[in-house]
Amino acid sequence: MAIELKMPALSPTMEEGKLARWLVKQGDVVKSGDLLAEIETDKATMEFEALDEGTIGEIVVPEGTEGVKVGTVIALIDGEGETASPAAKPQSAPAPAAQAPAPPPAKADPVSPLPLASGTTAEPTGSNNQPSITLREALRDAMAEEMRRDDRVFVMGEEVAEYHGAYKVTQGLLEEFGAKRVIDTPITEYGFAGIGVGAAMGGLRPIIEFMTFNFAMQAIDHIINSAAKTNYMSGGQMRCPVVFRGPNGAAARVGAQHSQNYASWYAHVPGLVVIAPYDAADAKGLLKSAIRSEDPVVFLENELLYGRNFDAPDDAVELVPIGKARIMRAGRDVTIVSYSIGVGLALAAADQLAAEGIEAEVLDLRTLRPLDRQAVLDSLARTNRLIVAEEGWPVCSIASEISALCMEEGFDHLDAPVLRVCNEDVPLPYAANLEKAALINVAGIVAAAKQVCYR
Amino acid sequence: MAKKSKPLAADPSADENFALRSLQTAHAASPRYAASDDEFLALYEQMLLIRRFEERAGQLYGLGLIGGFCHLYIGQEAVAVGLQSALDPARDSVITGYRDHGHMLAYGIDPNVIMAELTGRAAGISRGKGGSMHMFSVDHRFYGGHGIVGAQVSLGTGLAFAHKYREDGGVCVAYFGDGAANQGQVYESFNMASLWKLPIVFVIENNQYAMGTAVKRSSAETHFYRRGTGFRIPGMDVNGMDVLEVRAGAEVALDYVRKGNGPVLMELNTYRYRGHSMSDPAKYRSREEVQDVREHRDPIDHAKTELLERGIAEDLLKDMEKQIRAKVAAAADFAENSPEPESAELYTDVLVESY
Repeated sequence: MAIELKMPALSPTMEEGKLARWLVKQGDVVKSGDLLAEIETDKATMEFEALDEGTIGEIVVPEGTEGVKVGTVIALIDGEGETASPAAKPQSAPAPAAQAPAPPPAKADPVSPLPLASGTTAEPTGSNNQPSITLREALRDAMAEEMRRDDRVFVMGEEVAEYHGAYKVTQGLLEEFGAKRVIDTPITEYGFAGIGVGAAMGGLRPIIEFMTFNFAMQAIDHIINSAAKTNYMSGGQMRCPVVFRGPNGAAARVGAQHSQNYASWYAHVPGLVVIAPYDAADAKGLLKSAIRSEDPVVFLENELLYGRNFDAPDDAVELVPIGKARIMRAGRDVTIVSYSIGVGLALAAADQLAAEGIEAEVLDLRTLRPLDRQAVLDSLARTNRLIVAEEGWPVCSIASEISALCMEEGFDHLDAPVLRVCNEDVPLPYAANLEKAALINVAGIVAAAKQVCYR
Repeated sequence: MAKKSKPLAADPSADENFALRSLQTAHAASPRYAASDDEFLALYEQMLLIRRFEERAGQLYGLGLIGGFCHLYIGQEAVAVGLQSALDPARDSVITGYRDHGHMLAYGIDPNVIMAELTGRAAGISRGKGGSMHMFSVDHRFYGGHGIVGAQVSLGTGLAFAHKYREDGGVCVAYFGDGAANQGQVYESFNMASLWKLPIVFVIENNQYAMGTAVKRSSAETHFYRRGTGFRIPGMDVNGMDVLEVRAGAEVALDYVRKGNGPVLMELNTYRYRGHSMSDPAKYRSREEVQDVREHRDPIDHAKTELLERGIAEDLLKDMEKQIRAKVAAAADFAENSPEPESAELYTDVLVESY
């Protein structure tokens, strides 16, 4: 019986990858631990090891093939020897699927419970010559451009230099700017957040990367007590131009402690600027503005968007203004307010609603503090119905804040109650079905939009 | 399990010697700074100014003119004065916690604007918006004035990072107490400061009590100068009640740091006469203990006696005392009679830019 060798998932968010290179050929005898192939994910190139003994029977997917879905059979091993080691021990590296007794049923969306929004976020089609860029490249470009422009700017965090960033966002920065300006720290968030704030007080322009904002909980004292309050406490004397950035919100299948949206936590605090961009061009322009700002900025990225391709328009503005929302899609029947990854879901919902004759306006907040209150109220005045789509908990959320704003200042324009469409009010579970059930989805947004339209 | 090979340190005894004693030995060889009469007088004058200023602040607090928390520096004057006199104000930086009035006065910052900050007036150095614990003078490279115990250690390490990044030759002095010395971020900062050889002098002002908790009740290692050993930071144990010893210790530490060797940890043994803050009834120690320090170890009395022994005229010292009292009285008047901030100030300085 041949053993099927399947495309492995090498990261929690990997859905597909490139089979960069085969390190074995048909007829080679392999044993457990031998390197079989190099696989390129959107984050890194990784080697893939054999777990079973046998002879390479057939290479199913040739090297150089891009977009190989996780779980696809890529080779067959003729396993005379496999009965001798029926249960090879898992390697410390992420285990490939080679030893699985049977292929799991094909899934349309094997890893991410958050479907891609149609149209706006999918890979550009052949007919569209618009160049595209991933979110992570855009973020990297923003930092590189600002570092070229201003030698006070430096990046500090865990694995930002020699590892190229845990999520590859800082890739290439060490090579261009050197170890003085791209600094690997020990795993010590409280300490290096304080060092970043102190360096900003001392006249530098630090970019402090948190591997994820979940770990920034260790450092939140410096973000709030040291960074946010200093300018006020010093009567405007001592500034703190620091950017704290990193992925925020739910990733995929990483459990409760690694899956939280901190937007409302930081947006609560006067003295901070809080930005949560959606697409690549916007993220780049906003990050550049954040780095140039004289104020401390919390810049919330989203891991699930890092590898996503977005249009890279030629006419993109260099600096996207902080504090200004944007209309992603105009509509007259209902407003869907969102930010970050929720914008993609809102756009997908708007597509579905359009098919049912409801024209939804999608408003991307982009900056959560200071909030573009006027843009929300203007949109409400046009549509008279408003819902908020937020990938995060509902209680004391950005959605709650928008809801209060509409009630306090837009009451006369409301034809229906404001609805919050958020994640379920539970810690994020690990099991795929439960996780999917806990997270905001397009269907929920569509349903809420219809509800406020009384349809 | 296979036996691991021996770790890197070839000669552990040499390491211990380095970590614990190298600078201490240098300090012990010449424990007191050889001040000229004028230098000594200037140090004495600064200490006396802090003492009288703080006594006055205590009175104003009692009158209800100063609110909230107010942590007085009485008893610890030699520490800030001795250390800061060794700094180069054109390039070095200083940061401390909430017991910060003395450090500002030691930097020659106008007592009027400090006292006006204590009373919450518009003329205060933070325009009345910081208060006793949050005062800054970027012009003097004095970076506060921080209320979260231990935060200034990481922030100071960041200031040192900026000195090194800019290659400006500056050193940061980061003061913290024996209480703060038990905070985790202190050791995170020690690690990075030593790893990156940052130009910083960590100064533990050991006034024997973290609020009301005596050192021996809170700290497994009460010799705080040893606390950097695990990070290869040399320690120094310095008498914080003698301004010339503090100054001499500071010179040893600064010389080491300026040569690019990385941080030094100084423990300054001192004593706080007053409570932790104004609301502290000080039931955790006896009056006799406080009186004993006052009578036998007071840094100002000690300096005065020595100045007289040097042949400085008593009248000169009396005159100095008079002038300081007048200066402090003027500061108190200024602070009491200055207007409060305009109500519009409530909304200024939240953010620097408009968005």
